[in-house]
Amino acid sequence: MVNQLLDRIQILGRVTLSSVARLGRANVFLMSVFAGLTGMLVRPGLLVKQLFSVGVQTLIIIVVAGLFVGMVMALQAYYALVDFGAEDSVSVMVVLSLLRELGPVITALLFAGRAGSALTAEIGLMKATEQLSGMEMMAVNPIERVVAPRFLAGIISMPMLTAIFSAVGVIGGYLVAVELLGLDSGAFWSQAQAKVELYEDLGNGMIKSLVFGFVVAWIAVFEGYDCVPTSEGLGQATTRTVVYSSLAILALDFVLTALMFGK
Amino acid sequence: MKNSRTLELMVGLFVAAGMAALFMLAMSVSNLASYGGDEGYKIKARFDNIGGLKVRSPVSASGVRVGRVTDIQYDTEGYEALVTMSIDPQYKVFPIDTSASILTSGLLGEQYIGLEPGAEEEFLIQGSEIDITQSALVLEQIIGQFLYSKADE
Repeated sequence: MVNQLLDRIQILGRVTLSSVARLGRANVFLMSVFAGLTGMLVRPGLLVKQLFSVGVQTLIIIVVAGLFVGMVMALQAYYALVDFGAEDSVSVMVVLSLLRELGPVITALLFAGRAGSALTAEIGLMKATEQLSGMEMMAVNPIERVVAPRFLAGIISMPMLTAIFSAVGVIGGYLVAVELLGLDSGAFWSQAQAKVELYEDLGNGMIKSLVFGFVVAWIAVFEGYDCVPTSEGLGQATTRTVVYSSLAILALDFVLTALMFGK
Repeated sequence: MKNSRTLELMVGLFVAAGMAALFMLAMSVSNLASYGGDEGYKIKARFDNIGGLKVRSPVSASGVRVGRVTDIQYDTEGYEALVTMSIDPQYKVFPIDTSASILTSGLLGEQYIGLEPGAEEEFLIQGSEIDITQSALVLEQIIGQFLYSKADE
């Protein structure tokens, strides 16, 4: 009985220690990635290639999602506001929620699913097939050569994707509000311009997307680099990337919103 | 593997699209286009009660927006609210006996300052103060007064 209890407590201790150790490894890893960023100055081609696979190839899902999110938002805002005769404010609701919350958050979630998991799988497979060790044998720093370009590409791509998502969402909202529901197109734009602040709303949304890009890229490359180099470990690492990124995005979004708009 | 030219082309297009989206959001959705209120001339007005007026609330004359509220302070000498507003330089033609009142757009809408031009020959300039002001209508006070007058009958 006492032994069982001790076993349980030991398990608790082991889990705590291993998570703290993992957190520590993630931070040490981040520092070495920062140090590896200098390698991009010599070989910018590495970054371009990663921008293509991380940014450009995520574009389609972002555009389609943005369009539909904007359209649905406009439709719902219209149903809620038309009872009060305030349907001209549909654009304010669509634009503000896109810029402040939905743009950065949904883009980051899609980005984690589409690009983050791919990054983890790619780096993890390189580790499992011992390509990373091979590079080290040839005196090539794998962090500088493989990890850093992917990390930086993630950070650069996220604000771009967020801007595109929000812009396409606004266009989707416009299509539904003006073309489908017959609101006035002048009122649509002027209401939004009257209520949306450049720095307060657009600027803070972009800061959010930068933070999310940083976190998702960090989690993705770390999970790949730290994975158990078996096919099972690789699968778990990819799953963890998506789960941890999504949780981190949602939790951080609350913190950032409270800091930015909470006053 | 794509060759490096198409690769770079696609990345270039992607970055350009990102910039364009940001530019479109800044220009057509946010208030960047209607900036420039800072270049206007500043006039002041004192009110007993400004109600729900806020910084950046519109200032309009005959329903046309001519400026914005830039600052709201509480004047401890006169125990009044001191509102500073910036008026667009193209409307440099408000007589010095212009009156300012705090109005509400619609029944429950936001509050704004309405300017009613007077008849003097001199115009308001940078730093002038509007003497004739009318405070915001506070719904509770009106209801209170109404109930009082009913009770008196």
